[in-house]
Formats: sequence, C-alpha cells, structure tokens
Amino acid sequence: MKKFRINSNPVKPEALKQELFVPEAGGFVSFEGWVRNRNEGKDVTHLEYSSYDALAVKEGLKIIDEAIERFDVVDALVEHRVGDLQIGEVAVVVHVSSIHRGPAFDACEYIIDELKVRVPIWKKEHYTDGDSGWIECHECSKHAH
Amino acid sequence: MKVTVKYFAILKDESGVDEEVVEGNFGSPKELYTFLKSDKNLSLCSSKLKVAVNDEFSNWEVPLSDGDTVVFIPPVAGG
Repeated sequence: MKKFRINSNPVKPEALKQELFVPEAGGFVSFEGWVRNRNEGKDVTHLEYSSYDALAVKEGLKIIDEAIERFDVVDALVEHRVGDLQIGEVAVVVHVSSIHRGPAFDACEYIIDELKVRVPIWKKEHYTDGDSGWIECHECSKHAH
Repeated sequence: MKVTVKYFAILKDESGVDEEVVEGNFGSPKELYTFLKSDKNLSLCSSKLKVAVNDEFSNWEVPLSDGDTVVFIPPVAGG
C-alpha cells in the first residue's frame, strides 16, 4: 500500500504504526497534527479539509522518498484526513522509523514542513461567529514550482 | 479545443462547480486562467496560484492540448 494516503475516515495513528515495524529499526518518531479551537484570535468550531487527491499523493510520495534518501531513515508513512473535522481530531499523522533516533526526528520534521507548503490540500476554518474562510499558507510564495 | 478544468477549495466555492469542460482557443494555462478569472469572477490573481496539467505541476506558459485537464492550485494549507 502507498505510504502517502488521503483518508476521509478518522486517522488511526496506532494502527498505522504497525506498518513501520521492521527488525532493523531502533527508533520511531511520530507527529500528529490536531484540530485546535483557536486560530489567529478567532474561535474555531470545526475545519473542512479538501484535497486534489491525484497530485497530493504524487507530491506526498515524493516528499517521503526525499526524506528517506536525505536522512537515511528506514521507512516513513503519512496519512492526511479530509472532510469535516471536529476540535481534537487528528488531521495528519507522520510516522518515521530509523536505525537511530536522530534521523527519525529530522525526517519527521522535514516531511511535515514540506507537506504544508507543497501538497495540494486545503483547510477551511468555520468560526463561532458563523464566518468561515480558506486558510492561506503564507510561505507558499517562497516555494514556487 | 476542449480542456477540462477541475476546481478545488476557494476556486470551487467561487466557481460553484467541481469541474467543467471549457471550449476555446487557449494557448496556455495563463490564457485559460485569464479567461476564467473574468468569466467566473474569481478573486485570486494567477500570481497566488500554481498550475497542474494532467495531474503534474506545470508552468503557466506550457502549450495546452485538446483533452488536457487543468487545475489551478490555490495556496495550500495542509497539516
């Protein structure tokens, strides 16, 4: 199964972790992005994520390959949720396993940083005042393709 | 020529459709977006967008062919 996935059902980090168990891995690092209740001073009721699946998966796999190559980790896996998410739900999980811990931390950070600026996934915030808006990633202009 | 345009996020909200077939003489994604921006009153300038042709990141000046699928990509915000 591909190591970068878009999922419209709840993400289950613990179950996904099983896929990274390999005998040579001595370290495992995981990052979870959660839906929080405030952003830039506004109270958020829920989020809506959408994705351009075909290109998101391609670009996501490219990022994972880059991380494995650059940091020499054993394996990595990403799952990103789409659809309506409530406060506290997992929006994204990044799992990395490696021989030693250092590269796993570095690879995990690289993957989530690159995902945020390169993968075509969008987030619409819904606020308690009834307003809503698509969130713009301010770093995008620095990462032109 | 006919090209399929798929809309996501803010562009989907503004255009009111998921995708559509657009007929016309568009030499490049740039020309296509200029037409769509005014036709559908889209708010984002092309400088804020990236473009994909047939599910690959592309550039704004690449020649379009009949049957191509074009996606204009608003600033992303995953994670």
